[in-house]
Amino acid sequence: MKAVCKMVFIKTKLFIREIEGFFFTIFFPIIMLLIFGSIYGNKPSDYFGGFGFVDVSVPAYIGMIIAITGFMSIPISIASDRERGILKRFRILPGGSMIAMVSWIIFYYLITTIGTAGLIITGKLLYGLRFTGNTLIIFLLYSLSTVAFLSIGFLLASLMRSARSANAIGMSLLFPMMFFSGAIIPMRSLPASIKHISVYLPLTYVVDIMQKGWFGGALHSYRIDLFVLSGIVVFSFLIAKLTFRW
Amino acid sequence: MILKVNNLKKRYGKVKAVDGISFSVKRGEIFGVLGPNGAGKTTTLECIEGLRSYDDGEIEIFGEKMTTNNDFFKKKMGIQLQESSLPQRMKVWEALDFFSSFYNKNVDWKDLLVRLHIDDKRNNYFSNLSGGEKQRVFVALAMINDPEILFLDEITTGLDPQARRHMWKTMKEIKNMGKTIVMSTHYMEEAEYLCDRVIIVDRGKVIAGGAPRKLINNLGIKNRIVVESKEEVDPGIFKDLKSVCDISLKDGKIEIVGTGTDVLMDIARVITDRQIKVDLQYKTANLEDVYLSLTGYTKEDAI
Repeated sequence: MKAVCKMVFIKTKLFIREIEGFFFTIFFPIIMLLIFGSIYGNKPSDYFGGFGFVDVSVPAYIGMIIAITGFMSIPISIASDRERGILKRFRILPGGSMIAMVSWIIFYYLITTIGTAGLIITGKLLYGLRFTGNTLIIFLLYSLSTVAFLSIGFLLASLMRSARSANAIGMSLLFPMMFFSGAIIPMRSLPASIKHISVYLPLTYVVDIMQKGWFGGALHSYRIDLFVLSGIVVFSFLIAKLTFRW
Repeated sequence: MILKVNNLKKRYGKVKAVDGISFSVKRGEIFGVLGPNGAGKTTTLECIEGLRSYDDGEIEIFGEKMTTNNDFFKKKMGIQLQESSLPQRMKVWEALDFFSSFYNKNVDWKDLLVRLHIDDKRNNYFSNLSGGEKQRVFVALAMINDPEILFLDEITTGLDPQARRHMWKTMKEIKNMGKTIVMSTHYMEEAEYLCDRVIIVDRGKVIAGGAPRKLINNLGIKNRIVVESKEEVDPGIFKDLKSVCDISLKDGKIEIVGTGTDVLMDIARVITDRQIKVDLQYKTANLEDVYLSLTGYTKEDAI
């Protein structure tokens, strides 16, 4: 337990010192919101079902933060630690691999949540962000989405041979996914041909579930999202556990 | 005996990395596993450390049969890995503080930093340390749980001569603290200086074992003296000396091979008698000669 606390703490310190991850998880989504918020504002419109641009974008951008953690932060950091022999060190420590795993999950959940909090606070202060859902439910939906993407992150980290390939593959999956899942461009603005691709992108389900939960949608409206995300958790953790190398 | 290895075997595909290695280590000694790169040193150590499964043989440590990935052994062993690192931006003290939290039994890491002469670097980032300083940090990390036995895998490889000497001194100090050290190296002079006993490993097999001096003496390896002079010196003047076995001329230098320390005295006497100005080079037989004579390698293809 003591080791887990120390590890989460030291990972957080290193996260701040090694500025790249900090930028993508914390600042990048806020900058996006500031740019598009200043263009479109947050006036209620019929196009957004009586809500403003910022109101629908914040839950979608939360999906983007979650995706950055799963497709960039985790695979790149773990693959590079493996490449440099840092991971191997855990294998000589009593309880090392278990402690590392638990600490990673807590740490990446934590930084994703900090990024999310920063985004919500910015939206609230600058654009009078509206939220009509249930706080507990949105928290649970957010947690399920995050855990699903953490599991994808560990799966990618298991499969990637080097930090370089983790970087290349993570980026080339992440960026198209952010555009085709409704995270950046609203789903209803996407052409039908792209929507065929969206179905296969895990982020699509996160954006959908976050937006529905955000505006208090009924459970049955996002039950497919729940199935898909739960399935991802089980599948990815299982494969990651079987294939993970230290 | 703190460690016994019996007939250890490990293959990677068709390659027999370790092919029936046996040895045992006494409590409190520095034990060396010697050999060229690829001889099977690291694989042997990693099997003992529980990081690698092996195909055949037995390993007994602390009187218990070794099993892989077992916390009981991890708690009592100190391991420095050959190819390992720390995050670039981790500070020295943070690494020690963090890794100590994995153990119930700890030594005070501040004290450890002083003992390992790295105390002045405690606030430095890992990436800003020199090669020798990094290795010291790894030794400190290996000792953080106050282990009974310490495994150091090529700890001085890549260090400059001064840093290497400094590390040797530290290793003797660690031995004096009552720790057992098992080290691997491909520097023969290092093993000769540090180790109480060694095994020489080649292609996965032990080809010799014992105290370094004993190995050298047992093989009856000769000492070598090179005589160089600006004057014309007739090699024949050394011919009648009893201790001399062989005389040869190489690039205008006379190379004399002889036994014991007598040979040096005898040659010196001849030279002073005739008042010749010479440059004498005396090369005692060392572990490298033992290694070369056992494997039949030449100096060039050995290391």
